[in-house]
Amino acid sequence: MEMQADVLIVGGGLNGPALALALAQAGLSVAVIDARPAPQRAEAGFDGRAYALAIASKRLLQAIGVWRSVEAQVQPILRIKTSDGRPGQGPAPFFLTFDADEIEEGPMGYMLEDRFLYAAFLQAMRATDGITLLSGEKVEAQEVTAAGVSVRLASGKTLTGRLLVGCDGRGSGVAERAGIRRLGWGYGQTALVTAVHHEKPHEGTAYQYFMPSGPLAILPLPGGHHSSIVWSETEAVATEIQALDDAGYLEALKPRFGGFLGDLSLAGERFTYPLSLSLAERFVEERVALVGDAAHGVHPIAGQGLNLGLRDVGALAEVVVNAARRGEDIGSAVPLGEYQRWRRFDATALALGMDAVNRIFSNDNPVMRLGRDLGMGVVNALPGLRRRFIRQAAGLEGELPRLLTGRKL
Amino acid sequence: MSDAMHANTAPGTGTVDAAEVAKFEAMAAEWWDPNGKFKPLHNMNPCRLDYITRQIAAEFGRDLTTQQPFAGLRLLDIGCGGGLLSEPMARLGATVVGADAAPRNIPVAKLHAEQSGLTIDYRNTTAEALAEAGERFDVVLNMEVVEHVSDPLAYLTACHDLLKPGGLMICSTLNRNPKSFAMAIVGAEYVMRWLPKGTHDWQKFITPDELYDLIRRAGLDPVDRKGMVFNPITWRWSISDRDLSVNYVTASLRR
Repeated sequence: MEMQADVLIVGGGLNGPALALALAQAGLSVAVIDARPAPQRAEAGFDGRAYALAIASKRLLQAIGVWRSVEAQVQPILRIKTSDGRPGQGPAPFFLTFDADEIEEGPMGYMLEDRFLYAAFLQAMRATDGITLLSGEKVEAQEVTAAGVSVRLASGKTLTGRLLVGCDGRGSGVAERAGIRRLGWGYGQTALVTAVHHEKPHEGTAYQYFMPSGPLAILPLPGGHHSSIVWSETEAVATEIQALDDAGYLEALKPRFGGFLGDLSLAGERFTYPLSLSLAERFVEERVALVGDAAHGVHPIAGQGLNLGLRDVGALAEVVVNAARRGEDIGSAVPLGEYQRWRRFDATALALGMDAVNRIFSNDNPVMRLGRDLGMGVVNALPGLRRRFIRQAAGLEGELPRLLTGRKL
Repeated sequence: MSDAMHANTAPGTGTVDAAEVAKFEAMAAEWWDPNGKFKPLHNMNPCRLDYITRQIAAEFGRDLTTQQPFAGLRLLDIGCGGGLLSEPMARLGATVVGADAAPRNIPVAKLHAEQSGLTIDYRNTTAEALAEAGERFDVVLNMEVVEHVSDPLAYLTACHDLLKPGGLMICSTLNRNPKSFAMAIVGAEYVMRWLPKGTHDWQKFITPDELYDLIRRAGLDPVDRKGMVFNPITWRWSISDRDLSVNYVTASLRR
């Protein structure tokens, strides 16, 4: 079987569908190739996995028409309280609080569970003309010709298009087949991720403690009595804790968490994510573009990778749609070069923000740490203030993709 | 592709042998390499296309967010070269004739259009010859040509004759002043080596007022002019309302 579309997207996670929607709504035809089997109709249960969406990400979701289907399920982050934590003693008194009332944009971010976001993407893709979703399909080969790009699937299907986009994660097969190398290293840290039920209501507050072993973030989930936990420890400690039974796990968490939200119980599955960096040496190749973790695997926790990925989506959709409206070849080097110039510095600075920048700027300056949190909503991944610092030092002005300001293309 | 396939598939190459076709293919690759010999044109192309597409859309009431917005429009691209403007216009749905006085550009452009899956009528001819043959168009693209012709008024008169009543001509060229001399000749040809030395003769550059005057004498009605400005920091071209000091572009109508 042969099939044709303007854009072929490999990866049906979150960035792939977001890009597909943005492009199809602007009139392009898109095929999304997802290795996972066709999603089951029944909604997945609560597993505690959630994203902290930055305001710009919310705006992109609004622009592509997904926000209205998840709006009822988000928990706005109204306040961020930070504190220095001491192991064994729980948090010190909160010494700085940010309130959403202080900024005009409203909430600092939104917590949203994966199951709701993914379901909304699926529903939107099915309702949009011009999107073909191929589930349970694995790409076997890809070939670039003068006229376009084609991929062969394990099922024997062949797809041709003008642009191939890899939204297939840090182990991106699209990047590998295009001959794009990666660099990366681990941090010797692992994030423990789960959800807890707590006796007292969180009132939309996100808490973050800076522990010597790594930060602990408590992120509010809808309903008032559930929070998502992102808890970084050294690899050895994390492995030990993950091996404990639920009761033991909770006992390990309690002293770190503290007693301010009352009694705690585990409420979600327990996940672990080793913290590591994985950066593609370039984000584009002839007729190929990389998006999200395929380009820059940063910090696989609480959706900071998603915020960054959606910026890629916004930028790539914009250059591709602009090229299409000028009559240019959407897979040619001109729009792809523009995408890479637009995203690479930002993404690389952020990725290295985890590492090099941490060494350049003192990690002990609480103002820096807070600025970082304000910029991105929550968690410890994105050093917003320092990032702005570097961008200015580099003479770059942050030009936000149109979709990330909530406007359609 | 094998050589045999080239000989069979290259359109309009007639009796041209495989070695010739291979040469054309290399030239097409060169024309379309955004980092190659024609890098300055590729750099400028998005900006030129933005201007062209918006002018056509405004004049003919077309919506650029739709598929093939220029369907039904007959368009002539004078000095089409490798087809850097003809192909986008064809992709937007226009019926395109690409004309180039240099015979060797034609098979090159044809070959690339075929690779792109586009139908474009490329011809080795001139504006004057097309006008004489009675060809008529809704749109005439006259981009970076007028500074190369020996008699601009005769040439622009031919462009006028090529337009249907209500037709639109887009004409871009280079201003004549010390800055354009420094930028276009010293900068682009000698320092950056973007263009072969001798590409431009500064004496033939035309100021915007002179061009407006020539366009009027040719019987057309100039309706818009804008600058195209290169930013050496971002390496991007943009349209400017005020700065027409080096590159500029105009729109004119045949009433």
